[in-house]
Amino acid sequence: MEIVNIEATDETPKVILNHETHVFEFSGKSLPEDVTQFYNPLMDWLKEYQENPGDKTKAIFKMDYFNTASSKLILDILMLLEEIHEETDGVEIEWHFREDDEDMEEAGEEYSDIVDIPFKSISY
Amino acid sequence: MEETIIKVGTNYMDFVSKFHQTIRNQNIMLVYEGEITQTITKAFSSMTEQNFDDQVDSSTTQKRVYHVMVECLQNVAKHADEETTGEPEIPGRGIFMISDTENQYTVTTGNIVSNDKIDTIKGMLDKFNSLNPDEIKDEYKRMIKESRLSEKAGAGLGFIDIVKKTGNKIEYHFDKINEKTSFFIQKSVINRG
Repeated sequence: MEIVNIEATDETPKVILNHETHVFEFSGKSLPEDVTQFYNPLMDWLKEYQENPGDKTKAIFKMDYFNTASSKLILDILMLLEEIHEETDGVEIEWHFREDDEDMEEAGEEYSDIVDIPFKSISY
Repeated sequence: MEETIIKVGTNYMDFVSKFHQTIRNQNIMLVYEGEITQTITKAFSSMTEQNFDDQVDSSTTQKRVYHVMVECLQNVAKHADEETTGEPEIPGRGIFMISDTENQYTVTTGNIVSNDKIDTIKGMLDKFNSLNPDEIKDEYKRMIKESRLSEKAGAGLGFIDIVKKTGNKIEYHFDKINEKTSFFIQKSVINRG
């Protein structure tokens, strides 16, 4: 398994998936024309991680913007993390949002209502 | 199909002058007709983003306008149909406008859709427009859980997300073009503040 480290573009987020530190990070904007093309390889990586996960995993979301198609894929990632959470000692989500960004704060609240994982909401 | 061709000359100059006046009177910040590609979507969104007045518009308002623009433009890019056949046109073609008044921004798109889609579009918009904010949130959570990405990688969440984020109804109109297609106009309003 290789560490995923994708730099941000003006339409896709920066992504770090590290199976050695068990820390995942998604930050920036997400509005690609074809969301599956970007997210499917990340889902494949996470499914492989699920087979041999760390005791504790942390996923940090620090998104500036995402479109509705991306919001569905982010939920898919969170649902997979929920499975890993049930199978290990735990997954923790950190949901960062800009202090003045009420919609991003609300998006975090909505996700935390849908998936059953410890969700930490952090403003910056 | 008949086309109106405006000849260069007095009439044309007159047209430009009136066109300019109309755009000014309607407070239109940006108007575009043509293919709506991902490049266009990004360019228009960031152009508008740069034109905000931080003194007047909160960052939440600015992000909502940006958000609505991206959803509307990507809708046209993915769902516009061809005028004579009603088959999908890729990239989609349409008209895009954004205007501002003292109290609100208005994002309008127009594109051709197959008549077969009208009932579905109307059904979705009428339903979302009839729900109160709490019901919209619940419906959104239900839909995002159940939604499956379409072949065009859309999640089917664009309309409800606009209603949820703006707190306003989406106005729409269909103009029949022929037996196969109609012109679909969609207007979203974002309150300023």
